[in-house]
Amino acid sequence: MLILPTDAGLYCPIGDFYIDPWQPVARAVITHAHSDHARPGSAAYLATRDSERVLRTRLGADAHIETLAYGESVSINGVDVSFHPAGHILGSAQVRVAYRGEVWVVSGDYKTDPDMTCAPFEPVRCHTFMTESTFGLPIYRWPPQASVLAQISEWWRRNQEAGRASILYAYALGKAQRLIAGLDPTIGPIFVHGALVRITEDYRASGVALPPVQYVGDAPRGFDWSQALILAPPSAHGTPWLRRFDPFSTGFASGWMRIRGTRRRRAIDRGFVLSDHADWPGLLAAIDATGAERVWVTHGYAAVLVRWLQDRGHDAAVIQTRFEGEVGE
Amino acid sequence: MHTFAQLYATLDETTRTSVKIEALANYFEHADPADAAWALFFLIGRRPRQAVPLPALRAWAIDAAGIPDWLFGECYDAVGDFAETVTLLLPEPDEWTADVDRSVLPFDGPQPLHRWVEDVLLPLRDRDEMAQRAIVRAVWATLGGTERFVWNKLITGAFRVGVSQQLVVRALARVSGIDPSTIAHRLMGEWHPSEAFYRTLLARDTTDANISRPYPFCLAHPLDADPETLGTIDEWQAEWKWDGIRSQLIRRAGRTFLWSRGEELITDRFPEIVASSALLPDGVVLDGEVLPWKNGAVLPFAQLQRRIGRKNLTKAILDEAPVALLAYDLLELNGVDVRDRPLEWRRTELERLIATCAPSCPTLLISPVITATDWDDLAAQWATSRERNVEGLVLKRRSSPYRVGRVRGDWWKWKVAPYTIDAVLIYAQRGSGKRASLYTDYTFAVWDGDRLVPFAKAYSGLTDEEIRQVDAFVRRNTLEKFGPVRTVTPELVFELAFEGIQRSNRHKSGIAVRFPRILRWRRDKRPADADTLERVRAMLPEEP
Repeated sequence: MLILPTDAGLYCPIGDFYIDPWQPVARAVITHAHSDHARPGSAAYLATRDSERVLRTRLGADAHIETLAYGESVSINGVDVSFHPAGHILGSAQVRVAYRGEVWVVSGDYKTDPDMTCAPFEPVRCHTFMTESTFGLPIYRWPPQASVLAQISEWWRRNQEAGRASILYAYALGKAQRLIAGLDPTIGPIFVHGALVRITEDYRASGVALPPVQYVGDAPRGFDWSQALILAPPSAHGTPWLRRFDPFSTGFASGWMRIRGTRRRRAIDRGFVLSDHADWPGLLAAIDATGAERVWVTHGYAAVLVRWLQDRGHDAAVIQTRFEGEVGE
Repeated sequence: MHTFAQLYATLDETTRTSVKIEALANYFEHADPADAAWALFFLIGRRPRQAVPLPALRAWAIDAAGIPDWLFGECYDAVGDFAETVTLLLPEPDEWTADVDRSVLPFDGPQPLHRWVEDVLLPLRDRDEMAQRAIVRAVWATLGGTERFVWNKLITGAFRVGVSQQLVVRALARVSGIDPSTIAHRLMGEWHPSEAFYRTLLARDTTDANISRPYPFCLAHPLDADPETLGTIDEWQAEWKWDGIRSQLIRRAGRTFLWSRGEELITDRFPEIVASSALLPDGVVLDGEVLPWKNGAVLPFAQLQRRIGRKNLTKAILDEAPVALLAYDLLELNGVDVRDRPLEWRRTELERLIATCAPSCPTLLISPVITATDWDDLAAQWATSRERNVEGLVLKRRSSPYRVGRVRGDWWKWKVAPYTIDAVLIYAQRGSGKRASLYTDYTFAVWDGDRLVPFAKAYSGLTDEEIRQVDAFVRRNTLEKFGPVRTVTPELVFELAFEGIQRSNRHKSGIAVRFPRILRWRRDKRPADADTLERVRAMLPEEP
């Protein structure tokens, strides 16, 4: 086996490195900067160039991080390692691992839908493909991004007419910046919660063009929020932080919003179906495009996707990992 | 259909009562009365008879979505709502291929709600399965988005959108200027949604010709303070809080109608009560409780359950589980609505009425008033509730009218503390609706020697945050999966409360409890600290 699941993470014994380990190791190859994939404490990290700034914010200034451009290859103990765009967030990559003609690809998290803030997903031919399955059920089919952004704009305008602030919850790393890039800044001012400031600056510094946004804390006392859209992490919902915006309407941009129950349980006014993960058709198309003989399925609806693949004659198996997808995705 | 679907979306999107009432009022103000009647019918939770069996709908949806049956099951587990699962799986209207024939629908283009219901939904019942399939597929290939979802809600008969009847009534009252209690009354009993009905509902003056129509029930509010805070005891009438079926007995035009609080006509289930009621004069309506009753005493609720849901009332079951109606209140006398008269007056008239027919009416009794010299005396009697097979006391203000719904101030229910027990979480299942995709339905066990035996299921009592934590625990500690049920490491201890306890052959523990619920998460306790079956058994009533 070129790659094995171990207690510390996915391990390549020949190259002696881990991919997205969940325990500190000597050498970690990182698919992307989300905290369930990029954990602190390892001695050396290898990641994409695009992800470096965000990764440093997450792992600390002292972390030893080496980078590669997409498509650039490095040999680790004779094993060829290269990164290929996963389309999930800025700098996210699939890790291609090749040794003596055998090719494995670890996808990390990925999406096949467009995103202005990162390089689009590129299928990589391989023998074994390791895929996520966060939204691995056929009920998850994403509407076109343009129509979702139009819904958000319309909600924002209606809130403005009704004199209400628009609080839009989004995952702090990736989703929030994708929204900032996609929102129409001519509608009104865009503000961000403190948790988004640094990451958004990292995106800008990495060369992603984003319209200007303001930090909520910089607004003067008694500011009229009714025309503003405020981006915040989902954890801000129901906290006293929201009081200053009253009256307001809340929205949440996430793939989970495809299901009414998820939105209603969180007591959020509007759900917008926008995900940084592949939907069901996206997963199937991505798997198909790899031409892989063997598919290993990790976090999400792994058992479902495996059964579906097996029924279609694939060699597929569930691999236990500690990746969680984004609960607030 | 479009405006109704919009209304649904608006109601579904908000958690604020004011926004809901605004949306409802806005809809009723502009809706065609024929549409409004159906909208009202569905919004308050009524449903036409099931048009198409659910397994057939499931099969057609699976076929249209091109997925295997097991995958539909997985999707349903994640969504927790049948109509929504179907909606999410179906191809969009523009993705349907040529094999769907939209001409089987009686019309083309956008249609109002009442035409979809009257011309498509209702006639489906009388068609054969082939025709049903063709029509349902045509609808699916025609309606998109929320309209399709609403249609699926209507056809599955599970139309719920988080508005109460009270809310709908308030909106109608605002639009029409008619008193909410009048509207609530006119919505009781049997009616057919039509333009004519809707006009009558909101008419300034109508002579009510419907002899079976019950009044809205007045409900007691839980007493959350010390009873002494209610003032002097002379202002209050105390009665036992009986554990049966709250009912309304109507005697009009020589006929008897018995309604349950769920607005179900249950006259046929209780022939002995109907027999006694024949002695009542015409134009009488009683509020009361149907109870399992033998030799002048109430039996455990389980006895009554044997009568509920039984189509054939054999002589044996009538003998084994006899019932009586204990009257609480008098709502109508001589054909006149007397709900506005003070309770004192109504009680006197009720006593007089029951006394007149008492000797020949063994199954028509009056709920006794408890006499107490002061609150302490009453509290001492309240403490005997459990041994009397009652849930506690109800306190009613003597000067109060008979109100509509659960209103604070005049009627209080003062329940005895429930039984409690510490039990271990052993199985978890996903919830439905709002709780779909979270593990919220739990089975708890108690110790039988060194074995944990399942003892009760409970769904409610945890905060959203606690539910999230338990859900995460379940996911990380699953031992086995049986369909939707997960067996988890027995580690978490919860304090459960329940009302009644009975022996049962149908339960592994040999015990059935009534209204089990979670009181609190006992993070301070280890599984070994949970209670034993022995201790639970000790709570059982004496063997008869």
